[in-house]
Amino acid sequence: MSWWLVVWLSLGAYAFKALGFVVIGGRTLPGWLERSLLLIPAALLTALVLKDTFSTGTELVFDERVLGLGVAAFSAWRKMPLIVTVVLAAAATAIVRAL
Amino acid sequence: MGVFALSFGVLAVSAGASIAQTCALSLLTFTGASQLSAMAVIGSGGTVGAALGGSLLLAARNGVYGLALAPYFGDSLGKRLVTAQFIIDETTAMHMAETDPRLRKIAFWTTAIALYSCWNLGTLLGALAGSAIDPQQFGLDVAFTAAFVAMLYPHLVRRRARLAAAIGGAICLIAIPFSPVGLPVLLSGVAIFVGVPASGDES
Repeated sequence: MSWWLVVWLSLGAYAFKALGFVVIGGRTLPGWLERSLLLIPAALLTALVLKDTFSTGTELVFDERVLGLGVAAFSAWRKMPLIVTVVLAAAATAIVRAL
Repeated sequence: MGVFALSFGVLAVSAGASIAQTCALSLLTFTGASQLSAMAVIGSGGTVGAALGGSLLLAARNGVYGLALAPYFGDSLGKRLVTAQFIIDETTAMHMAETDPRLRKIAFWTTAIALYSCWNLGTLLGALAGSAIDPQQFGLDVAFTAAFVAMLYPHLVRRRARLAAAIGGAICLIAIPFSPVGLPVLLSGVAIFVGVPASGDES
């Protein structure tokens, strides 16, 4: 992996933190923009979950990972701690793969 | 949080980052969802540009948190530039949870110091462990997904967020066969514009 990813991601992430806190700080964003920005995690995390479950490279696939997703969703719904969710999903997938 | 950091360490190394790079990400980037999303894209063969796109979009929400926190931190410019690095989901949430202005700052800094220590120690241990095992054998490739699901769930209490999630997810799946790895996740960001209309619930 390239070090450039580390450099650019760190600079970029810090720039966003400082932009809101230090540069714009005190003033308010237009409502439509603030409402939209706060929806980023919902849209992007969903996309990441679906990509990691249903694709390999640029191909759509359907395999054991679906079970892992199901277990993770159930665990999150039951408000289990993050680590329990991660371990249960990983274990379920590993067991099915080993069968 | 410490255990989440362990998973990040293991996953980053299995995605192709060195131990030093993995630790540098946690020390310098210090925003979990962005770090994980970058590693997920790199691990599935995406370019640095593709990994950056989605990660930086996720990092943009810290800018909104910064806006919300700014009025409570009337410190010097130097101090505020340092404070900025610690503005993430958890520190913002703990700050907002207190009502007394003085306790708010204490809550922010206690959370920041505890998380920064755990996050970086966990990352190091995870990276060391990750270079010693085969992630796929333990189902660890699914751990990314599980971590994202756990992070996603609290956002879905709002109807508008569920709509953004549904549209973002659909865009991503439709785009996967037709675009380079990493781009579909970035394209899903278009879904945030369901937030533009003022009507609807804001609960």
